[in-house]
Amino acid sequence: MKEHETDIGNKKAVYAELQDVWVSYYNKWVLKSICLKCYQGEILGIVGPNGGGKSTLLKVIMGLVRPQKGVVKLFGHRPDKHTRLEVGYLPQISKADRSFPVTALDVVLMGLYSRVGFLKRPGNKSRKVAMEMLDRINMAEYAEKSFGILSGGQQQRVHIARALASKPKLLVLDEPSTGVDSVAQEDFYELLAKFRDEMNISVIMVSHDIGVITAHADRIACLNLQIHYHGEPDSCFEPEIMQKVYGKNLNIMVHDSRCATCLKKHEHND
Amino acid sequence: MIEIFSFEFMRNAFMAGIMLSPVLAVVSFFVVLRRLSFVGVGVAHSAFGGIALGILLGISPTLTAIAFAIAVSNAIGYTGRHGKLNSDTAIGIFFAFAMALGIIFIGMSDQYNVDLFGYLFGNILAITGEDLIIIALLGGLVLISIFLVFKELLFVSFDREVALVSGMPVAFLDHFFFTILGVSVVISIKIIGIILVSALLVIPGAAASQITDRYIPMIAIAIAVALISTVGGLFFSYYADIASGATIVILSCFIFFILFIIGRCRK
Repeated sequence: MKEHETDIGNKKAVYAELQDVWVSYYNKWVLKSICLKCYQGEILGIVGPNGGGKSTLLKVIMGLVRPQKGVVKLFGHRPDKHTRLEVGYLPQISKADRSFPVTALDVVLMGLYSRVGFLKRPGNKSRKVAMEMLDRINMAEYAEKSFGILSGGQQQRVHIARALASKPKLLVLDEPSTGVDSVAQEDFYELLAKFRDEMNISVIMVSHDIGVITAHADRIACLNLQIHYHGEPDSCFEPEIMQKVYGKNLNIMVHDSRCATCLKKHEHND
Repeated sequence: MIEIFSFEFMRNAFMAGIMLSPVLAVVSFFVVLRRLSFVGVGVAHSAFGGIALGILLGISPTLTAIAFAIAVSNAIGYTGRHGKLNSDTAIGIFFAFAMALGIIFIGMSDQYNVDLFGYLFGNILAITGEDLIIIALLGGLVLISIFLVFKELLFVSFDREVALVSGMPVAFLDHFFFTILGVSVVISIKIIGIILVSALLVIPGAAASQITDRYIPMIAIAIAVALISTVGGLFFSYYADIASGATIVILSCFIFFILFIIGRCRK
């Protein structure tokens, strides 16, 4: 197989690819026959109920979990030490300790540690890069502020600055809407699209919040142990369901059944 | 003032305290950030097994205690990450195991004149020139090695998952930290004692965290707290003729309360 496969239509490199990936924990399959592609410069949203395997899928993509079966490729290679440097990761913000004694600038600098190297200290050059990143997220004035006193939305932007400081090709986000109010969420996804365009990176984000994913992803995948749909967000749902999705919290069961319909549709289209 | 320094044991105690303060303070900084306070208690108690083994075999109890403390500390870390039990449970098991072994070793030993109380509660009379060399060497090693991997330790303490994804050697850093924790505990036993040594692995860092939210000032304040506690505690215990280890710990607790109140008032 060629190192960088190209899409026939728009000639974009495939940054992440999973071919027939199977993962089990304690003799139970949590991911079954996953086939997924994420192209350069796109935001791929993965939706599905909690326990549907979203976190495991992210770990597989980042090379932290090895599948029992199947092939994972990042930028055309199997995940290893080198591909890790090309991946930025944004965890759920609620996991960070608010009393930790670091400034916003310190947090962004952490994103450069693996490039600085073992036994070395980040120098002025790293500080400059980190300050530039803070400037790009409009938070330069908060550089010396304690990370703990920032709002959820601000912390999330600092996290994204950290994840992007080392100029990765792929950004992976776990439940980016958790702990962030709706106004900050809008700003955040705007920022994400801006970085996608300016740095031409790929973004893979998972969420149980189907409304958020369909509104901000270029393509989506519905995941519940297996992929039930993989394609454009708007062709996944009927109009009345879309209204439901945006209007209220979507019931997971409804979402599941929609995904099943999507699967049929998907096969039909093929 | 001069009188106190005319005794060799007091001079040794002060030198030991001054050398140990930065070591305990820096380790406590990470113990507090990583919420490992109870690990310090477990590791300190498990050192008892090692001391008893040294006495039984007639070799240096410090060496066997270091071996025990490092083994138990890493075992706690390992089971915490891999086993089906959390660190709390692992600590409960391992420290009981090591202490029980210690009691059996002491029973098997025919040396009845061993100062067990000195190990449990600290005995500054027992600090020899050899101990000072061990403290200087191992304490120096702990400080230098923390300095070398400081940024990695900070990252892993702050955000383990992201550190792992960005290629930090997380498992290595864990075992490294548990090892220096074990070493720091053992070299402090003679001055503070097994029962109370874990206090100085928590209080300096905890006290500093009350009045600052920057890591460099936090470490500096933690070192100051440890130094004031040990030096002040030794002075006070000498003149009041009370147990030095306990005095050091009580003084550090007072400093903690004062900084806690200052921190509250500032908010």
